Amino acid sequence: MNNLTKRIESAKQKWEVFQKNEEPIIYIGAASCGRAAGAVQLLAQTNRWLKENELTAKVVQVGCIGPCYLEPLVDVQMPGQPRVSYNNVTTKTLPVILGSHVGESVPYTKGAIGHFGKEPFNGIPRFFELPMLKPQVRIVLRNCGLIDPEQIDQYLAVDGYQGFMNALQTSPDDVIGVVRRAGLRGRGGAGFPTYKKWTVCRNAPGNQKYLICNADEGDPGAFMNRSLIESDPHALLEGMLIAGYAIGASHGIVYIRAEYPLAIERLNEAMQQMKDYGLLGEHILDSAFSFDIKVKEGAGAFVCGEETALIGSIEGKRGMPKSRPPFPAISGLFGCPTIINNVETLGTLPNILRNGPDWYNRFGKEGNRGTKTFSLVGKVRRQGLIEVQLGTSLREIIYDIGGGLQKPFKAIQTGGPSGGCLSEEFLDLTVDYESLTAAGSIMGSGGLIVMDEDTCVVDLAKYFLDFTQKESCGKCTPCRVGTRHMVEILTKITHGEGSAEDLLALRTLGDTIKKGALCGLGQTAPNPVLTTLRYFRNEYLEHIKEQRCRAVVCKDLIEYRVIKEKCTGCQSCVKVCPTGAITGPRSEPHNVDKTKCIKCRSCYVTCRFEAIAGDAIVIGSVEKRS
Amino acid sequence: MPETVDAILVKHSRRPENLIPILQDVQKELGYISPESVKDISRYLRISENQIFGVSSFYAQFRFTRPGRHSLRVCLGTACHVRGGATVLDTLENVLGVKCGDTTPDARFDLERVACLGCCALSPVVQIDKRIYSRVAVNKLSELLKFYE
Ligand SMILES: Cc1cc2nc3c(=O)[nH]c(=O)nc-3n(C[C@H](O)[C@H](O)[C@H](O)COP(=O)(O)O)c2cc1C
Ligand code: FES
Repeated sequence: MNNLTKRIESAKQKWEVFQKNEEPIIYIGAASCGRAAGAVQLLAQTNRWLKENELTAKVVQVGCIGPCYLEPLVDVQMPGQPRVSYNNVTTKTLPVILGSHVGESVPYTKGAIGHFGKEPFNGIPRFFELPMLKPQVRIVLRNCGLIDPEQIDQYLAVDGYQGFMNALQTSPDDVIGVVRRAGLRGRGGAGFPTYKKWTVCRNAPGNQKYLICNADEGDPGAFMNRSLIESDPHALLEGMLIAGYAIGASHGIVYIRAEYPLAIERLNEAMQQMKDYGLLGEHILDSAFSFDIKVKEGAGAFVCGEETALIGSIEGKRGMPKSRPPFPAISGLFGCPTIINNVETLGTLPNILRNGPDWYNRFGKEGNRGTKTFSLVGKVRRQGLIEVQLGTSLREIIYDIGGGLQKPFKAIQTGGPSGGCLSEEFLDLTVDYESLTAAGSIMGSGGLIVMDEDTCVVDLAKYFLDFTQKESCGKCTPCRVGTRHMVEILTKITHGEGSAEDLLALRTLGDTIKKGALCGLGQTAPNPVLTTLRYFRNEYLEHIKEQRCRAVVCKDLIEYRVIKEKCTGCQSCVKVCPTGAITGPRSEPHNVDKTKCIKCRSCYVTCRFEAIAGDAIVIGSVEKRS
Repeated sequence: MPETVDAILVKHSRRPENLIPILQDVQKELGYISPESVKDISRYLRISENQIFGVSSFYAQFRFTRPGRHSLRVCLGTACHVRGGATVLDTLENVLGVKCGDTTPDARFDLERVACLGCCALSPVVQIDKRIYSRVAVNKLSELLKFYE
């Protein structure tokens, strides 16, 4: 332990020097989202710019701070001044920002979104006072975007591994007691009390036990776990040490999706640093506790997020769920007692062990303690990764944090393919495990997808069922056959060929699958259909009775038209049409050949944003001759 | 290229749970799971080729045909779906003249779909080789493809 204490001391000193910053620091948000928005190019450009201008600065790649819609983010901190964040930086604006702020020491206030200082600074708002950030409570995400994820010293400097050291000073049973009093529930979806399964595993006979971190993040449209691992990998790894110690495991495995290469790289690097610091391996910090961690890449199967399927996959088999009991906590990986916890559950542990259960109890509400991270995406203005106390209302999340929508709100999907689609009347629902379940949805792992009037809920229900049907492992009949039937019916309806009986059939099938399926995949698969049937019945009926899709999404029910009076004949749309469906000489109204049109929206987008007319092309319901 | 498969095999012990990591390494190296590699793996792990096909066909990640020069993956996660991912795929199918899951006749692109790339806030998203393009516009796709020959 002594060795680490020394290292922490020197890490803290290093951090202080770093914070005082004698030379300029340039931070580039380079998690996957930042990179997708162009951070890699900006990084290279920054280095070139410094060289050309013969200036020096520390260039640091940080993780994701949350407001992904502002990506790419580049921050500048001059000696003795607060760090200033610039948003939506492009290769054109970057030299302007650097020239002003680094070159002349004058913050480029026009492009700045926020600063991280305590005092007012040049009229720039404080970053954490921004409307998107202010209502948030950042516990799991506390370091994201603020420290360099590749440096264990920075993690140590902000009290990293303190929680684990506290745990080591007490008995495993005490650690379980702390987690019980904190009221922590699993963040992977079901919200099962973490201490309960730990207790079962701890008391299970056997001297070989496993801890598995579920980083499969199967919900398509959610990225909380990716972001945490990329931005603060040690938080997860420290959580694994704590959990491993509590349940008496000697081996840990991170089961992570192969689609997350950067997260995998960060984990491997972080684990190497832990080994160098004596935090992984035999007799960690000279205690009796030995623990190793391996990373296993998933191979692209949603069902492998389910515990028993995940175990099968690690054993080298097809990822098929098994009926339970026996529960993995008694007999899991290779028949040994095994605990599977989600990334966020584990990432929360260091904070609980560092600050105590009473502190954690201050957040959230009775029965739903603490915070939850969400990926807030879809049609909200401010998209990104957020963390709020459990018990926050959907309205606060969508409007206060997310900044509302451009068009009127239609629906929000929580819980991914296993969850439900809630309508406007649920906006004041508080986000907690029980309320969401009562509404027919689930908390899930944290995907929140906001939709406006341009989303067709029937198409959305079909999308989800198509997803679960393809991902169904095929072991049990209700799921394998039932979901296929549901997709067929939904397809019929979106083609305008449905009947009123189909709605009844969907209900019956949905209820049957929920009751009869073997695992959580099937048991929750009908939720998107059942909730949309309940809350958006009219839209189904419009498709059936009027062959009308009000969101103009269902391709068989819509057509593209040129408004002759508005078309200036600029030919912009002609150039982008991939099938040559649009024709017409310059300066004369164009024509859409409906037999060739594939309804790809290219012309529509072009006309709206890049042509003179702006709204000469419309998408509307197929006009019926009556 | 039997040498490369051998080189991969020796890095793993002969235990059945190493099947998936071996398949992943083979695919990383060759770009796909070739029939010969399956024979080598079968001999090494002492499990039947049928079993190997059984496991590998279960997972979306593995492919059994030689890949094209560039992988072109369209995200069809929920966030991307809500922001027009399906339209992006339709358009690419049309522009390239192949269906999702196929390789173009000139072997230039493999057109595939993916469940989510974790960049949902920047949707719709397309990945070409290792680079992820965010907020793609359908009318700009052809220009984007020009960078890849
Ligand atoms: C089909 C299916 C997919 C799942 N996908 C995930 C996932 O991607 N990540 C996750 O943590 N849990 C997932 N779960 C839940 C896990 O099975 C498990 O309950 C969870 O990892 C337990 O961790 P926790 O107690 O920390 O929540 C899934 C469950 C099912 C049925
Ligand atoms: S839904 Fe496309 S990146 Fe997540």
